[in-house]
Amino acid sequence: MESIMFYILAGIVLIAAFLTVSTTKIYRSVLYLLFVLLGIAGIYFLMDYDFMGAVQLSVYAGGVMVLFVYVVLLTEKIGEPVRKIAFFRRVIAAVTALSLMGLALYAIWNFDFPVGSQKTPTTVNKVGEALLSYGDNGFILPFEVISILLLSVMVGAIVIAKSKKAKKEEL
Amino acid sequence: MIEGVSIQMILTFTTLLFFIGLYGFITRTNLISILISLELMLNSEAINFIAINKYVYPGVLQGAIFSLFIIALAAAETALALAVILQVYKMTKSVDVKEVKDLKY
Amino acid sequence: MTDFSYVIWIPLLPFISFLILGLFNRYFKEPFAGYVGIASLGISWVLALVTAYKYFFVSGLQNGKYVPVIPFRWDWIHFTDKLGIQVGALIDPISVMMLVVVTTISFMVHIYSLGYMHKDEGFARFYTYLSLFSFSMLSLVLAPNLFQIYIFWELVGVSSFLLIGYYFVKPSAIAAAKKAFIVTRFADFFFLVGILMIAYFVGTFDLETLNSPSTIQWISQHSGGVFLGLSAVTWALILIFIGGAGKSAMFPLHIWLPDAMEGPTPVSALIHAATMVVAGVFLVARLFPLYYFVGGGFALRVVAVVGAFSALFAAVIALTQEDIKRVLAYSTMSQIGYMMLALGVSGFKGPDGTGYMAGMFHLFTHAMFKALLFLAAGIIIHAVHSNLMKDMGGLHKYLPVTSWMFLIAALAISGIPPFSGFYSKDEILHAAFEFDKIIWFTGFFVAGLTAFYMFRLYFRIFFNGERTYEHTPREDSKAMLYPVVFLGLLTVTVGWVFTPFSLYVSPDRVPFRYHIHWLSPLVIGSVLMAATGIFFAYVMYYKKTDYPEKVSRAFGQLYVWAKNKFYMDELYLFVTKRIIFDKISKPAAWFDRHVVDGMMNAIGNTTVWISEKIKFIQSGRMQEYGIYFIYGVVILIMIFYFYNY
Repeated sequence: MESIMFYILAGIVLIAAFLTVSTTKIYRSVLYLLFVLLGIAGIYFLMDYDFMGAVQLSVYAGGVMVLFVYVVLLTEKIGEPVRKIAFFRRVIAAVTALSLMGLALYAIWNFDFPVGSQKTPTTVNKVGEALLSYGDNGFILPFEVISILLLSVMVGAIVIAKSKKAKKEEL
Repeated sequence: MIEGVSIQMILTFTTLLFFIGLYGFITRTNLISILISLELMLNSEAINFIAINKYVYPGVLQGAIFSLFIIALAAAETALALAVILQVYKMTKSVDVKEVKDLKY
Repeated sequence: MTDFSYVIWIPLLPFISFLILGLFNRYFKEPFAGYVGIASLGISWVLALVTAYKYFFVSGLQNGKYVPVIPFRWDWIHFTDKLGIQVGALIDPISVMMLVVVTTISFMVHIYSLGYMHKDEGFARFYTYLSLFSFSMLSLVLAPNLFQIYIFWELVGVSSFLLIGYYFVKPSAIAAAKKAFIVTRFADFFFLVGILMIAYFVGTFDLETLNSPSTIQWISQHSGGVFLGLSAVTWALILIFIGGAGKSAMFPLHIWLPDAMEGPTPVSALIHAATMVVAGVFLVARLFPLYYFVGGGFALRVVAVVGAFSALFAAVIALTQEDIKRVLAYSTMSQIGYMMLALGVSGFKGPDGTGYMAGMFHLFTHAMFKALLFLAAGIIIHAVHSNLMKDMGGLHKYLPVTSWMFLIAALAISGIPPFSGFYSKDEILHAAFEFDKIIWFTGFFVAGLTAFYMFRLYFRIFFNGERTYEHTPREDSKAMLYPVVFLGLLTVTVGWVFTPFSLYVSPDRVPFRYHIHWLSPLVIGSVLMAATGIFFAYVMYYKKTDYPEKVSRAFGQLYVWAKNKFYMDELYLFVTKRIIFDKISKPAAWFDRHVVDGMMNAIGNTTVWISEKIKFIQSGRMQEYGIYFIYGVVILIMIFYFYNY
């Protein structure tokens, strides 16, 4: 039962991803991305990682998508199609990607993964404890670091995107 | 762990997703489209970590926590990149890749 | 009483004057530069005379032998135990004699130049160079080892170059200076090789050690390799003689001496008549024991033959020249040939050493009368403003003092008693007669030629009929006359005062008495030969006649060849220009420019070309970078994967 769900979700994700990179209209590309993100959240739920799925939905599908939509609306005449590069170059790119993909798949399918057989759900409790504990399995340090990172990104984004005219008017 | 699905299938799935994102990264001429392709790649990575965590090392949480961080980072990076794109748009009234080609000088 | 350490001041005073005049050149107005030079040289002259008196008459003679004195010596560079370069002084009969000669002539020339270089712009520069030359020559004659001789040899050549090229605005002067320096430098190459060979085979530079009997015995036992039948040391001596021949203008390295007359006349008097050109003779005399004993004296025979041939060659050319200074230059070459000849025929012990003694005596006397001739020529040139004999004639009544002095010198050089030249030349011919009749006959014949061309010069300048001049020639400078008169006095007296010279100078430093057999056929014969030459000159030139043209036509082609100096200059030019420049230098230059530079340029150009070709990789398009990145990853994975398999 669950495998069928997985395959359906995987199919949606892949088709939407392919459409994202090959459509000529920006806004549609953004919307297809939304579908991809939703599909991925579903896969998270399938893997018994509820917290992750929730985060995916709220941060990605909620925050990042909004950002994308804003910027697309701010910068583009939506009707204008995205320029496509020459066919020859697309072929080269496809060949390149396919070659590396072939290698990666070859490596995956020839490797013996030592698969465990338990089904362990990951609860929010455990995640929370792990994030805040400083013992052996604690992730307090990356947690703090990423909080600083987010702060700096906030400041940076504001500084970069600030309009120069506003600055001058302040003076 | 999903019943009935082997790890190789999930990894195949993430690989496909990653390379679709890569193809898009190389092929697209719009800066925002490049960012979108980047999102695809990052997402495939997150699934990858969690899949291996669940299947091969079920007792620990490294992969799961790391995926959280990946999401956080991806969001932050997207915000910054979009800020830069806005500036580029203000200067050149276009969001084409051609505009940033001369930044190397 | 035997303290000779003040001798260091003899070369040092001119050096100090050189430094002062050289560094503060522009502050010395005429005539103060002259006064500085004259003062330093005057003191050196007095010191030299004092040294000579002390050495010859007071303290030099010990146990019947003149003992060499070494007042000071410092080690400069040390190669091995015995071999090193030292700087010092060596007092022995010939060096004392040379000190007297050099300081006297230099002093006279300094005084003379006050008049001759009057109103010349480079007055101070002239005295600077003169002081440099005096310093170098004096240090050369005082040298106790071969290397010091070589060092100051080169320095003397540099001074000569500077002085010949004194009028550096004249292209002919520049060319003459270059020629002199290059020819002597070329000869000095052989000199250096000779010195190094001696140092290698014998192991020392020091002259006293080289000339000692023990060293000579050692050399004859270890011949040090044989090349073309001559031992290595013999070859070294021949090479050293080649160096001396270059400086002394022996055939075939004589080509620079006539051109050197482009310099001012005092320079010609000092350097190219009396002092520098006899440096070669001095060198052979210094190494005389080596030359005599090594290899059965083969090198000495070479010296004799070269000397005799040069004497003849130069005398024949001097017969035809029209320029006063050229005649005197070839005359100098001829007389130096005599000196080399004298050294070449000499023996070693006791009265056998007549040739050596005669050669040195001739050096001594020749310096006096040749300098006198040149200085007198300078007065004549100043008076008439020309060097050529065709612009002169009948000057006897205008320049009387000069005329009488010139006559004295001409008689001396022709070998007429009781003037000094007679004594020295006669002793040379005597020694040659004992040795080899052919060489004797050459000397005998050249004596006649010498008398002829000297008196040809005398009569054509001062007589040859009456002549009127636009500006009356006058002897107007006391500074020019006094040295001339003084040298005339010396020319007259030195001969019978210092005879027999063998009391002072001999090869083994043991004085001996030499008797002149006044009535022997040799003596009478040579005097008659000289008189014959004078007679012919008188007949042809005393009055204006057409005998000269008839005689020159009679000799025909030989006359033309002699007048053109036997085309030696053209031969040298041909060899250097056509053969060395065209065949050797030009290909070398082509190779350097195209191959060597070409390789460097090729490396540079290739780098630029490569960078042009790979410029396209840096396009600035980030997506392309992405593709390169992926390709790189693929290739790396393939490498790792298949390498590990």
